Amino acid sequence: MKTTLTVNGTQHEVGHDPRRTLLDTLRDDLGLTGTKKGCDHGQCGACTVLLNGERVNSCLCLTAMHDGDEITTIEGIGAPERLSALQRAFVERDGFQCGYCTPGQIMSATAMLKEIAEGSPSYVSDDLDAPKLSDGEMAERMSGNLCRCSAYPLIREAIAMAAEVKE
Amino acid sequence: MRPFDYVRATAPDDAALVSGQIIAGGTNLLDLMKIQVMAPETLVDITRIDGLSDITTEGDGLRIGALVTNTALAQDARVRAGWPLLSRAILAGASAQIRNKATTGGNLLQRTRCPYFYDTSQPCNKRRPGDGCAAKGGEGRMLALFGTSEHCLAAHPSDMAVALTALRAEVEIRTPHGDLRRIPVQQLYHAPSDRPDRDTVLEAGDLITAVILPAPLVGSRQGYRKVRDRASYAFALVSVAGSIQMEGDMISRAHLAYGSVAPHPWTDGAVAKMLEGQKASDALFARVADALVPDRAPHPDTEYKRRLLRRTFIATLRQLTGLADTSGTDIARTQS
Repeated sequence: MKTTLTVNGTQHEVGHDPRRTLLDTLRDDLGLTGTKKGCDHGQCGACTVLLNGERVNSCLCLTAMHDGDEITTIEGIGAPERLSALQRAFVERDGFQCGYCTPGQIMSATAMLKEIAEGSPSYVSDDLDAPKLSDGEMAERMSGNLCRCSAYPLIREAIAMAAEVKE
Repeated sequence: MRPFDYVRATAPDDAALVSGQIIAGGTNLLDLMKIQVMAPETLVDITRIDGLSDITTEGDGLRIGALVTNTALAQDARVRAGWPLLSRAILAGASAQIRNKATTGGNLLQRTRCPYFYDTSQPCNKRRPGDGCAAKGGEGRMLALFGTSEHCLAAHPSDMAVALTALRAEVEIRTPHGDLRRIPVQQLYHAPSDRPDRDTVLEAGDLITAVILPAPLVGSRQGYRKVRDRASYAFALVSVAGSIQMEGDMISRAHLAYGSVAPHPWTDGAVAKMLEGQKASDALFARVADALVPDRAPHPDTEYKRRLLRRTFIATLRQLTGLADTSGTDIARTQS
């Protein structure tokens, strides 16, 4: 079957088996290997991309179900010569060790900062109507992204640093 | 995954709905298909059916379309104000990525996380009727306390469904003939009996079209307390959802439901009877907890849940009735 996706602003028509996940389409058909396959079951977050602007696990998306949708991957938010604020902050704060989870962390954090700015609450928000960025909020909101090197404190520092740049 | 035919339904009367496996968010189904616990021959994508993705007011309540995502429901301003218990429970579950995809209808229909259900090398009556139950002699700290049978000890993992049960929500179901019927959330689920493979009362072609939230108890305090192995992104060991209305220091209404302790959100009518009309006190809560908690657990590994349920129940009631400080994240007062 055929599916049309807009990935990082470019439209692609991909032919595929109905079983194809969005993750495999991005990596194997479109060569966008920045998005990582970790657990392939939605538990680790390494495959996080933006689907129509919202973060999702691309391993739990069937490509066939996303005809006409817009996808943003790590390749779409910055490049070595023009890093996003979050990418710069991760480099500066050393927000990783092995780096495998990093694209997913950065995609997830990109969406997370937007969610807080829009007033979307989390489980740890004292006030459901006025969530504020804090270390606890970041830990809760990023819990869908695992880092087996356990670089969490520096990941949160990097996100906090990027958030200040944006403000 | 086993090969399947992919069909896109465009209307609720699409014939494919009768014979195929429905997919919406897919966050649980695709996971199960990858390990071949589920292997449908036809997958029917309902995400393009119009009219199932809105939250609209219905009287003093809300009508929540079956395709409304967990994220959209938890952050809806009306839900936050009138049914904060529902927002809290949804936000207590899964990760932001999963909640962005997972739908209201799909959350209700998620399968158990019993490890033997997931392990195709082990017998499981829920996976294959008559297969046997490996959990009985196996590891079982996530299993149920109530409503089990000799065929199945598994617990339902949803947080959202527990909140909806306490809030007395109904599920709207469309039959293949086009009839709409509404049943309380709790009646959506079968007790395991001798056919634990049948989670719900839905028949082939039935489609959940909406969840109906009735008006909240006026001036109620609502809370969802979830106990789990890690602080975030883990299924509940025990959870308690409550909406309590007080007249002075007397409890006038007590709507409660308990999660991860039964094959469906658990309720106990005797508990409400013992609480309503009584003055809130630690002695009362201890007495009611004695009535709620079973004398023994159906599996030795869930003995701890008896004490955990008791303590979580009492702690939740203390907060909802003002005996304990309500600052923190679990309790909110409705604005109505």
